[in-house]
Amino acid sequence: MSLPQSIDDTVALLESADYLADRSLATGIYLSLTMGRPLFLEGEAGVGKTETAKVLARALGRDLIRLQCYEGLDIGHAVYEWNYPRQMVEIRLAEAGGDVDREAIARNIYGENFLLRRPILQALESHPSGPPVLLIDELDRTDEPFEAYLLEVLSDFQVTIPEIGTIAAEAPPIVVITSNRTREIHDALKRRCLYHWVDYPNAERELEILRRKMPGCSERLSGEIVAFVQALRGKDLFKLPGVAETLDWASALVHLDALTLDPKTVDDTLGVLLKYQDDIARVKGKEAAVLLDQLRRDMTVDSAAQ
Amino acid sequence: MNERPETEGHLADNIMHFARALRAAGMPVGPGSVIDVLRAVETAGIGRRDDFYWTLHAFFVQRRDQRDLFDQIFHLFWRDPALLERMLGLALPSLQAELDDPGQPVARRAAEALGLGDHNSPQERDEVEFDMTMTFSDQDALRRMDFDDMSTDEIAAAKKAIARMHLDLDQVPTRRLSPTPSGGRVDLRRTLRDLPRQAHGMIPLHHARQNSRPPTLVMLSDVSGSMTGYSRMLIHFAHALTNDRHRMFTFAFGTRLTNITRDLKNRDVDKSLSLVAKRVDDWSGGTRIGGCLGDFNRDWSRRVLGQGAVVMLVTDGLDRDADGGLAREMALLHRSCRKLIWLNPLLRWRGFEPRSWGIRTMLPHVDTFRTCHNLDSLGELAQALSGPDRLADKEMQRWLKAA
Repeated sequence: MSLPQSIDDTVALLESADYLADRSLATGIYLSLTMGRPLFLEGEAGVGKTETAKVLARALGRDLIRLQCYEGLDIGHAVYEWNYPRQMVEIRLAEAGGDVDREAIARNIYGENFLLRRPILQALESHPSGPPVLLIDELDRTDEPFEAYLLEVLSDFQVTIPEIGTIAAEAPPIVVITSNRTREIHDALKRRCLYHWVDYPNAERELEILRRKMPGCSERLSGEIVAFVQALRGKDLFKLPGVAETLDWASALVHLDALTLDPKTVDDTLGVLLKYQDDIARVKGKEAAVLLDQLRRDMTVDSAAQ
Repeated sequence: MNERPETEGHLADNIMHFARALRAAGMPVGPGSVIDVLRAVETAGIGRRDDFYWTLHAFFVQRRDQRDLFDQIFHLFWRDPALLERMLGLALPSLQAELDDPGQPVARRAAEALGLGDHNSPQERDEVEFDMTMTFSDQDALRRMDFDDMSTDEIAAAKKAIARMHLDLDQVPTRRLSPTPSGGRVDLRRTLRDLPRQAHGMIPLHHARQNSRPPTLVMLSDVSGSMTGYSRMLIHFAHALTNDRHRMFTFAFGTRLTNITRDLKNRDVDKSLSLVAKRVDDWSGGTRIGGCLGDFNRDWSRRVLGQGAVVMLVTDGLDRDADGGLAREMALLHRSCRKLIWLNPLLRWRGFEPRSWGIRTMLPHVDTFRTCHNLDSLGELAQALSGPDRLADKEMQRWLKAA
C-alpha cells in the first residue's frame, strides 16, 4: 500500500486498521512518512505508543521489525552477531577434511550464512513489501552508549560490519521510537526525530476506541466506563489509567456480565485499572461511590438535554 | 603625539593591571599573554572601544564560559568612556573613583577582583561555617535571592574543597562487557575474529568482563528560609558535581519543587547561579517537604531515578505541614532509589536530638544520615556515596533509636 498523501489520508489509513489517532499524532506520522524522519513517541505507559507502530505496519502492509530495548543492549543483540558455534564446527570440519588454506576458511566462516541478523540489520535489508517499520521500543531502558550508536544508524541508515563491509539500506525504513520517560533521552537523538507526546484521549475518542475494540460492551456500560476513567484522570493519582487499562477494565466487566457500574463491582475490579496500592486505597470505597454518583448525575442531565 | 613613549607605558601598565584583575577573578591569564596583547593592541589600534574589547577578548578568553566574566571585568575596568581617548593624553584610569561609584550591580567576583569589594564586611575564614537561623515560616515569601553577594573567598574555599573531594562513587554494574586480560567470560567475537591470525592449532581465548559505571546522582535541595545559610553552598556543590559527572539531576524545593538541572550545566558558576536564582521562586520562603517530595515522586521520580540512582536529600527536616503525607512520600522515595542519603546541617550541633516531628518521620526512611554544614562534611559525603561504611551504619542505628 502506498504512503498517505495528506493528513486526512493518514487519519483514514489508521482508522482502517482500527486505530483512532488524534489530529496531532496523525500529523506527526504523516510528516515522518513523507520526510523520512524517525518518529519519536513519548508518553505515559498504556496510551498506545507501541500500537502506533504495529498499526502503521499493518495498514501499510509492511513488515514490522521490533527492537525491544533493555539495559546493556549491545550491537550483538541489536544489529548483528556471528554464529560462533557454527563457525567453530566449520573450522573443525575444515581441519578434519585436511583443508589448511587459512584464508579460505576465514572467507568462508565470515560468509552470509554465518551472520545472525538482528532487528536493525533486518530493517536495513530490502523487503519485498517495501521498507519495513522498525519499532525501537522503550528506548529509555537502554544506556547512553547504545543511544549514541543509534544516532549514527538513524542519520545514515547504514551499518558497518568489519568482516563484510558497509551495509546500507536501499530505502530507509519507517522508524518509530517509543519512550516511557524513565530516563531523559539525549537532545541530539531527539533532534533527528519528529517528537510527539502521546496524551490520554478525550472522552469522545476513548468511547469510540472502546466501541471498536470491545463490540461486546453495551453502549451504556461503555459510556459509564469512559466517564469513570476520565474522572479518575482528573484525580491526583500516582499512575493514571491509560487506554490499555480502560480496555482491560471493559473486558473484565464484560466477563463479569456487568450491565452497569455499581460501587461493589468497581471496588472489586479496581486492580485492573489502577496498579499502585496507594492509588487503589485512595479511590476504593467512598471516593469511587462519589465518582459514580457524580457521573450518573451528569449522564442523566446529558440524556435529558438530548 | 610627543608623549607617545610615556603613553605606551601607561597603556602597558593598564593592560597589565587588567590582566591581574582577570587572574584575580579566576581566569587563567599568564604574563606571556600580556606581551602578546600589547603587540596586538599596537597593531589593531585603540581608536574604537569595540575593537579594543575584541582584541583583548581574543587573547584573554580561552573558553566560552569565560566570556561573561571577561565582559563584566572589562566594562568595570575600562568603564570611563573617555578613558581610551584620554589614555593617549596621559590619563590614568582612576580606580579609586570607581570605588565610590555604586554603578550598576555586577558580579561580586568581578568587583572583588578589582579590589572594589567592601572591606569592612567580615570575610569568611578558611573553614566556611554558616550561621544557623532557626526560623522557618509557612508562607510562600516568593523572595528572589540575589546571588551576586557570594564572595570570592567563599567560591575559592568551596572550589578548593570540592577539588579535594574524591568522588570515587560506588560503581553500579552494567550489562555491557569490556575486554579484560583474564577472568570474566570468554569473548567469542574477539576470539574468532583473531583466529586467522593465529598459528595453526592454537586458539587463544579473549575474555570480557562486566563494565560498571557510577550511578545517577539526584540532589533534592531545600532552599527554604531555615536553610538559607547552607542552600547557597550546596547549590555550589551541586554545580561542581554536575560539571564533574555525567549524570546528575538537581532539584530545589521550598514551598514548590523546581528542576534546576539545566541551569547548573553552565560551566561558569556565576552564570549558573544567576540562572538558578531566576528560576527558583521560593528562596528563603517556607517549607513544604512532604508536598514537594510528593511532587517529585509523581512527576520526576520515574524520569530520573531509573537505572539505580542515588538520592541526596538536603534539608533540615523542619516541616510543619503535617498533612503533606511526609512519611508516605519518604517511604516511596526510599523504595524507588538505590540509596537515600539525608544531609542535615542541624546535625552539626553536638547535642542534636531528633525531636522535631518532621525529622522523626523522615529518619526511618533514609539509608544514611549526615551533616553538611561545612566543607569538610561535604568532603566526607564522598565516603557516604562510595559503598557501605560501617561507621555510618552504626550511627544510623543510634539515630533510629533516638527517634
